[in-house]
Amino acid sequence: MPQVTLTVNGKQHTVEVENRTLLVELLREKLALTGTHVGCDTSQCGACVVHVDGISAKSCTMLAVQAQGTSVITIEGLAAADGTLHPMQEMFREHHALQCGFCTPGMVMSAIDLVNNHPGGITEQEIREGLEGNLCRCTGYHNIVKAIAAAHPLMHGKS
Amino acid sequence: MAFEGIGASVRRKEDARFLNGKGRYTDDINRPGQLHAYVKRSDRPHATINSIDTSAAAKAPGVVAIFTGADMAAENIGGLPCGWQIHNKDGSPMAEPPHPVMAVGKVRHVGDSIAVVIAETKQQAKDAAELLEIDYTDLPAVPSITAALAPGAASVHDDVPGNVCYDWHIGDKAIVDGVFANAHKVVRLDLTNNRLIPNAMEPRAAIGDYDVNSGEYTLFTTSQNPHVIRLLMGAFVLHIPENKLRVVAPDVGGGFGSKIFHYAEEAIVTWAAAKVRRPVKWTAERTESFMTDAHGRDHVSTAEMAVDAQGTFLGLRVSTKANMGAYLSTFATSVPTYLYATLLAGTYKTPVIYCEVKAVFTNTVPVDAYRGAGRPEATFLLERLVDAVAKDTGIDRVELRRHNFIPADAFPYQTPVALQYDSGDYQTTLAVALKNADWAGFEARRAAAKARGKLRGIGISTYLEACGIAPSAVVGSLGARAGLYECANVRVHPTGSVTVFTGTHSHGQGHETTLAQLVVEQLGVSIDQVEVVHGDTEKIPFGMGTYGSRSLVVGGTAMVKAMDKIIAKGKKIAAHLMEASVEDIEFANNTFTVAGTDKSKTLTDISLAAYIPHNYPIEELEPGLEEMAYYDPKNFTFPGGCHISEVEIDPDTGTVAVVNFTAVDDVGRVVNPMIVEGQVQGGIAQGIGQALLEAAVYDESGQLTSGSMMDYTMPRADNLPNFSVATENTMCTHNPLGSKGCGEVGAIGSPPAVINAIIDALKDYGVRHMNMPATSGKIWSIINAGPSKIAA
Repeated sequence: MPQVTLTVNGKQHTVEVENRTLLVELLREKLALTGTHVGCDTSQCGACVVHVDGISAKSCTMLAVQAQGTSVITIEGLAAADGTLHPMQEMFREHHALQCGFCTPGMVMSAIDLVNNHPGGITEQEIREGLEGNLCRCTGYHNIVKAIAAAHPLMHGKS
Repeated sequence: MAFEGIGASVRRKEDARFLNGKGRYTDDINRPGQLHAYVKRSDRPHATINSIDTSAAAKAPGVVAIFTGADMAAENIGGLPCGWQIHNKDGSPMAEPPHPVMAVGKVRHVGDSIAVVIAETKQQAKDAAELLEIDYTDLPAVPSITAALAPGAASVHDDVPGNVCYDWHIGDKAIVDGVFANAHKVVRLDLTNNRLIPNAMEPRAAIGDYDVNSGEYTLFTTSQNPHVIRLLMGAFVLHIPENKLRVVAPDVGGGFGSKIFHYAEEAIVTWAAAKVRRPVKWTAERTESFMTDAHGRDHVSTAEMAVDAQGTFLGLRVSTKANMGAYLSTFATSVPTYLYATLLAGTYKTPVIYCEVKAVFTNTVPVDAYRGAGRPEATFLLERLVDAVAKDTGIDRVELRRHNFIPADAFPYQTPVALQYDSGDYQTTLAVALKNADWAGFEARRAAAKARGKLRGIGISTYLEACGIAPSAVVGSLGARAGLYECANVRVHPTGSVTVFTGTHSHGQGHETTLAQLVVEQLGVSIDQVEVVHGDTEKIPFGMGTYGSRSLVVGGTAMVKAMDKIIAKGKKIAAHLMEASVEDIEFANNTFTVAGTDKSKTLTDISLAAYIPHNYPIEELEPGLEEMAYYDPKNFTFPGGCHISEVEIDPDTGTVAVVNFTAVDDVGRVVNPMIVEGQVQGGIAQGIGQALLEAAVYDESGQLTSGSMMDYTMPRADNLPNFSVATENTMCTHNPLGSKGCGEVGAIGSPPAVINAIIDALKDYGVRHMNMPATSGKIWSIINAGPSKIAA
């Protein structure tokens, strides 16, 4: 059985997997990082989004072996060691951008990537289109869009 | 310190774990030594099972056991029960065919469970399941209401020829027919209410475990109501005494009704765990969810309104056929009867109403409650019909509604369809919505859009619903087989913090915060001192769960009653400690005082005394400060309001953009405005999804062609606008909170507002009615056919 070595949330792991093991299965089952969720089986829902080498990726659509040598950040790796929330997490809480919480890890990870990619500013339409790969059944997206817009200046150093 | 009681938009306590990926959903849970289950499902809609050969699968790597429906039948495992018995027009009871946990003899829908393979890993179980050899004889399938009711149609259940589960009615047909015969005008619409798939983001999962030493079973399940599962599965399916069955619903990732029902997999894993003597875990793949989670809606109706020359509604006559699917799910039979027909008065004074409903078995997934459960169906029918009356009579659609509203001074108002409304002010919610939506400025916006080559329309829906499920005696008399009270246990700890054990179970509604706010309000503690415990039948004595917008109204009221008892006992303790008479003790802001003096004790002083009763009225009073209360509501609650949707159609593609959506709802007393807004926003999103995007589609052969998220259009962020959500509240008169509930109103009022707006946008095209979803293809075809020469 193949082995894959990767860094997750700053810690290096070497894990035995099957060829067909998905990255999300490695995270959830081998590393007990159950914050990343599986919500569909066709790559639509985005509950599984993590960052791989700084870019958002659907971990259900990556094989674990493809993550060899990469640095992965999951939702568990966002907050600081002292518990201080990432600005995106903070704004999600402030603006009630989550209800059941199941889509939230992938939504937050996608949102961070989206804001990272729009350093000069982001419009409501850009946010909504940027979230096409993340489904939420609870919130209607209204507060998610608000939270992301509010996080943008916090993430890009303006207040 | 910021106010944290009733009315404050307190930020949620539960967010801490969800935002950090520390939520504990059922699939996150792993039991030592667990095995994994994979359910083999039918790939065809209707067939006899001639044989199941498990021999090859049994030899596959990692396989520990394989069970079939026959194995369960051999141990007298019961079928999945239906919780509501409906009677026919002639008084006879509905047809109630067996609903085996796994198919016995026949499969009746694509997705029907046939066998379970239990192995060391999920992949091994799935691989082995492919080796099962099943010999079927295909039977003709009836995948729709029309097919099932056709003369000579195949029977989904052999003992229900003709596929009719029940033929029910409400109202006096003779009186209503007489009103229609003499009416100035009758307006008729044929409508369908499209079948939907709830698709909560968390797929269903279940883990069964059995303790050989204690004989206790444990089930972890994605349920909105663990106590109901304990009752149904324990009493009717697996025959386990209640005290030997613990059901735990941990964090649940959305439900919308789909996680109310007792599903086969819950029984399978619980039963199998005792057979294999190891925990058994099952998690649905999304495609499995599509073919096993209860679907919603799926009505075909004819609706007629009789009016006089002024547009006064004289009578309403409705005939509906409702799809039950292949088997009766837990609440299925109540949804198109008592949760639907009793809402057909809506906000109007219509004096007589008759509704008949035929429930039909088909070779499709079972249909049951989905956000709104019957009330969206009633509202769509009524509000489309009212717009059709406006069109046919030439009366302005807003004036027509105002003219027929139940006036604000008419409450309590007895409708002709059993329900008695306690309070409401429909003129006010309408007026505020019209203002918030800038109804008056719409024609200018329409003209500006036209100049840009777009078609704009605006649509309105004034609606009401019934929730706060439910007064037990009332629903019992109508066929419900359970009580629908709620239970709260409030424990004040020696050092003054409070734990509330509630039988409700949040799956996104924020109860750990909102129910805690009730304790802040009534006992004067800070919100950090309150813990809300839900979801575990071992911790919480009884409960009926969360659905039907009942948690605050029924669960919260039970809490209020328990806290009343706490305060009453506290006063006796305080009287003793302060050497006063109990009549002179007042309680406010966490403090007991002797009236007219400066003598006081905090709640913490009292609770310490209660658990260390040295200076204590021990002759009259037991130690401790913990009280339980049950609350059985006196009536349903009746939130409602006005939804206005503005749409813009691109004639080149037929695509509809919802450019504005305005909701003004009456939800009674609001505990947390931020949470209420979130609930309404989420409901509106689902309503717009129903109106524009979503449809569960079966082809003629009975295959579910909308069987994955690739084919079923879930609303995405760029399908939806920002929402304008406001409340204009009248208090509920029969619960101490005055609350009416808000969880479903968004999905109830919105679909007809959207469709009415689309029809308004297409006013030059002669469109009388449009069923949902109003897809771009449908609209493009209408526009492409050209403007109608007939005045619409």
